[in-house]
Amino acid sequence: MNDKFEPLIIGFTCNWCSYRAADSAGLGRLKYPPNIRLIRLMCSGRIDTTFVLQAFANGADAVLISGCHPGDCHYVEQNYKAQSRFLLMRRLIAQMGIEPQRLQLLWASAAEGTIFAAEVTRMVEEIRKLGPLNWKSSQQLTVNSKQLAAAEVAA
Amino acid sequence: MSKPKFAMYWAAACGGCEIAVLNTHEKILDVDANFDVVFWPVAMDAKYKDVEAMEDKSILLTLFNGAIRNDENEHIAHLLRRKSQILVAFGACATQGGIPGLANLSNTKSIIDTAFSTISTDNPFDTLPMTRFDAPEGELTIPTLYPAVKSLNQVVPVDYYMPGCPPESHQIAAVIDLVVQVLQGKAQLPPTGAVIGAGNSSVCEECTRTRNEKKIVKFARIQDFKPDPNICLLEQGILCCGSATRSGCGAVCPKAAVPCVGCYGATEDSPDHGARLLNAVASVIDSRDPNEVEKILDGIPDPAGMFYRFGMPGSLLRASKAAWSSEQ
Repeated sequence: MNDKFEPLIIGFTCNWCSYRAADSAGLGRLKYPPNIRLIRLMCSGRIDTTFVLQAFANGADAVLISGCHPGDCHYVEQNYKAQSRFLLMRRLIAQMGIEPQRLQLLWASAAEGTIFAAEVTRMVEEIRKLGPLNWKSSQQLTVNSKQLAAAEVAA
Repeated sequence: MSKPKFAMYWAAACGGCEIAVLNTHEKILDVDANFDVVFWPVAMDAKYKDVEAMEDKSILLTLFNGAIRNDENEHIAHLLRRKSQILVAFGACATQGGIPGLANLSNTKSIIDTAFSTISTDNPFDTLPMTRFDAPEGELTIPTLYPAVKSLNQVVPVDYYMPGCPPESHQIAAVIDLVVQVLQGKAQLPPTGAVIGAGNSSVCEECTRTRNEKKIVKFARIQDFKPDPNICLLEQGILCCGSATRSGCGAVCPKAAVPCVGCYGATEDSPDHGARLLNAVASVIDSRDPNEVEKILDGIPDPAGMFYRFGMPGSLLRASKAAWSSEQ
């Protein structure tokens, strides 16, 4: 159905582990699909729900949050905060009608370029199967008088 | 010289904003002394056609409360925008969508089913609202529900925002004072787009409770236990929205042992109130084990309703897929 659909994924990676994992995947000439656009944060704990919602509202099909393994955070324990936020965000987006798989969390150390590349590849395929998100902004939420909501129910 | 004209209108609202204006007590006499009230459906008789007959920009100040829920609301928003020099989004519903904005979590059909077909509703003939009906006397129409509620600034340009559910009466009095002083040439209006009648910080700043480090292992509700009267409510596991909510109310709720529900909306420069609340709440969870975090999160049964109680239409996502897909 979506043969030509190329998902757009925004990836938030931490400076110390997962961005370097992506770097080492590059250095190692590992191939992974170009569907992910990486944004480097100093720490996964910097992830703000605003960033994730902004990505979805502006056309991203999925968001990946990636940080150091538990216990390895450069800032001691901020990746645990990222984890709690991620778990709560997933519940929130599910209520908004966004499939929870569209938001994923990945722990990847600087040495795990292979894991990073494999996980991104897997995620792209998973989102490709889900199809595009096409989130509507309020500008598109205008009412067409031919599609009157209440009239539809009465009919 | 005739007095400048004043109007107040309610769209999708509960009427609490009007009560808050009346709650300014004798200050309301200042409104009457300085303004000619030309349109205020709650307080006086006036028809839409009277407003339509007015000259454009002839009303100096319009306080518009309520969200945009149907085509009548939007029509009057456009009309009052055209007739007014200063249009103020008054109260949480007009600024951010407010409580009616929670409809954006459901599709229109399920809202109508809930209102007309649930067990608590006596509706023996399954009567449902119709937007038009051909009666022998002619065609009758009623306003049409929109699939998603909007805030006022999503349909017309707004000059000022006055948050709160409702705006606190002392803040309304202060704004009336300011406008009167502007009329007398003693003060200047704030820049267009400003939030008026509110603070620039968070509710926590005005709260008198003692704050320590927050480590939550269980979320609870105020009916479940007796909270300590002097310690931060969030610290005690009660979901208080104060940390991400704009100040201005004087922290009346947390001072009375009731958690802040976030009616003053997002703090300065925050693009999404609920997102910031979510950040704050998730960050105080004291667990490193994802399974345990999930169990703690079960204590927040309705995150979207909680974090966006007053601001779903004004948020980044604006409406759930269920709501906007009822368009199709």
